[in-house]
Amino acid sequence: MEPIRKHEGLVYPLNRANVDTDQIIPKQFLKRISRQGFGQFVFYNWRFDSKGELREDFSLNQPKYEDTTILVAGENFGCGSSREHAPWALQDYGFRVIIAPSYADIFYNNCTKNGILPVKLTEAEVQTLIKNAEADKYYLTVDLEEKKVYDNQGFEASFDLDAYKREMLLNGWDDISVTLNYADQIAEFEKARA
Amino acid sequence: MRTPKTIIEKIWEKHIVHEEAEKPDLLYIDLHLVHEVTSPQAFEGLRMNKRTVRRPDLTFATMDHNVPTIHRNVIKDEVSKTQMETLKKNCEEFGVPLADIHHPDQGIVHVIGPELGLTQPGKTIVCGDSHTSTHGAFGALAFGIGTSEVEHVLATQTIWQQKPKTLNVKVNGKLGTGVTAKDLILAIIGKFGVKFGTGYVIEYTGEAIRDLTMEGRMTVCNMSIEAGARAGLISPDDTTIEFLRGKRHVPDGEAFDQLAEEWKSLATDEGAVYDEQVEIDAEEIEPQVTWGTNPGMCIPVSANVPVPEDAANENDQEEIKRALEYMGLQGGEAITSVPIEHVFIGSCTNSRLADLKLASEIVKGHKVHPNVRAIVVPGSHSVKTQAEELGIDVIFKEAGFEWRDAGCSMCLAMNDDIVPEGERCASTSNRNFEGRQGTGARTHLVSPEMAAAAAIKGHFTDVRQFGAVTSS
Ligand code: SF4
Repeated sequence: MEPIRKHEGLVYPLNRANVDTDQIIPKQFLKRISRQGFGQFVFYNWRFDSKGELREDFSLNQPKYEDTTILVAGENFGCGSSREHAPWALQDYGFRVIIAPSYADIFYNNCTKNGILPVKLTEAEVQTLIKNAEADKYYLTVDLEEKKVYDNQGFEASFDLDAYKREMLLNGWDDISVTLNYADQIAEFEKARA
Repeated sequence: MRTPKTIIEKIWEKHIVHEEAEKPDLLYIDLHLVHEVTSPQAFEGLRMNKRTVRRPDLTFATMDHNVPTIHRNVIKDEVSKTQMETLKKNCEEFGVPLADIHHPDQGIVHVIGPELGLTQPGKTIVCGDSHTSTHGAFGALAFGIGTSEVEHVLATQTIWQQKPKTLNVKVNGKLGTGVTAKDLILAIIGKFGVKFGTGYVIEYTGEAIRDLTMEGRMTVCNMSIEAGARAGLISPDDTTIEFLRGKRHVPDGEAFDQLAEEWKSLATDEGAVYDEQVEIDAEEIEPQVTWGTNPGMCIPVSANVPVPEDAANENDQEEIKRALEYMGLQGGEAITSVPIEHVFIGSCTNSRLADLKLASEIVKGHKVHPNVRAIVVPGSHSVKTQAEELGIDVIFKEAGFEWRDAGCSMCLAMNDDIVPEGERCASTSNRNFEGRQGTGARTHLVSPEMAAAAAIKGHFTDVRQFGAVTSS
């Protein structure tokens, strides 16, 4: 997993609440058996019409957001199905950071396991970012070491992330290798219960 | 005296392998259920890193999400076929027991776990599926996980988890006649919203919960995730124990009685404190119908579809407007006036024998409305056979329902069971998200009885009046 310390990128604003994982990646794309290549299907039903043509009126399709790496969205982002294809698709599309007032639990966990940093800001802060990014090309810096988000026009906000998730993201560690350090304890636990 | 504890705390404490300040706990997992859609990448990860499955004996796999529910011997969809074959190969390679598409134990993962007695009080249960919360009905701590976590559990039989906060959802009084567990959970989500449970494990308590059958309890716990909670559970009692007696994976005789005592001791202690508590009165709940694009957008069958302008703020107004537009509804119209084209009775929420039986009682002696295509998809192969022994299939077939093989089917429409664009489905499943049952499909969540009644009328109707009106 690629470590994430400080990330500067173009913001894409998705001013919707309760965006569910069925929207992030519709189920017809869940049948693949590898982790790669899901980016082309992200928000498929919003980005494409029923004939598979690009919908020009959906904002992510606008040229100004082409190189976006930071997604800003409304509350309860990633609710619904536990499919990890959702963060895989977002990551493969190019997103490294998501900013929202709140997330569904499973999605939130799935992000940090795939090198996506999910940032929680207040509703008001999120609305400010959305306005800025809707108006113009808008860049933000997200600093995980300092737990801060800022632009070069004076916006600054701090966020929280639990120490464990932060450490994993900062170092790009994968969970299993960390857990295997506790193999003896797991074996003891099993023995005690047998 | 010992401090009183909730069942959630009791189960949690019994499963901690390692704890450290400011970090999540490392929790032991007693049962890991696996299916074809969220596991291929996990097995691939194991293989790439030369890892093995630590406890194949605590792992159980089946095929449910994209299996066809008719003509099982020819799987037309190549990609689905690959996914199923991949699961088979993976299970063979890693020694994981599998109930594949032709196996008598096959079925929706959340239906077969309890059916086989794999699901038991006090267990920690995970599965790469958000409706794993279903198993909480037995007083197990059961939650959905992502594929990376699936890989993690396969490799280590543990998972890192932040200790959740506890939320007591207390349901006072008794449910009225014709009002089901499905209506109860929809009403709870409708009242408190689709994210009130986020960060919590819910325990459902109160008279109405105690009165529910195990099937009803599973329906309630199943939809905990639609309230944002990763897990929802119910303290075990005699209903739980009687359900499990005689199941294949539980011991019998004295050993069972001993286990039953242990299970009962898990129940939340008198005076235990929850982080949060909400209450709802069962008497005030009517049969529910969802009108919008998340399960919280539901109304009693006697009500009208909401009008955007009545919403409290601009965001809500926008959300309602967008949902109405997608659903092709007018604010203010009576939900009973909305015609439907499809009925789906099935899914891990409502496809157990009891569900099918109750729905068949409504259907008996009637015909499906000519404009409606109705299908019944039993939750497992075993539900199907039992229903056939009772003649339930005949009732449905004579009325004009299609009677299918077990699987997730139209709940998420990954196989051929799809609702066409712009068409409307009364569905006993758990999610009415945009596109869930097919691109542009319009889903209304209801109980099996309400779905059955709608199939016959061709529109939503109050099941409490259905019998009275039609039998005259
Ligand atoms: S029936 Fe539906 S909700 Fe249940 S496991 Fe299958 S797809 Fe998921």
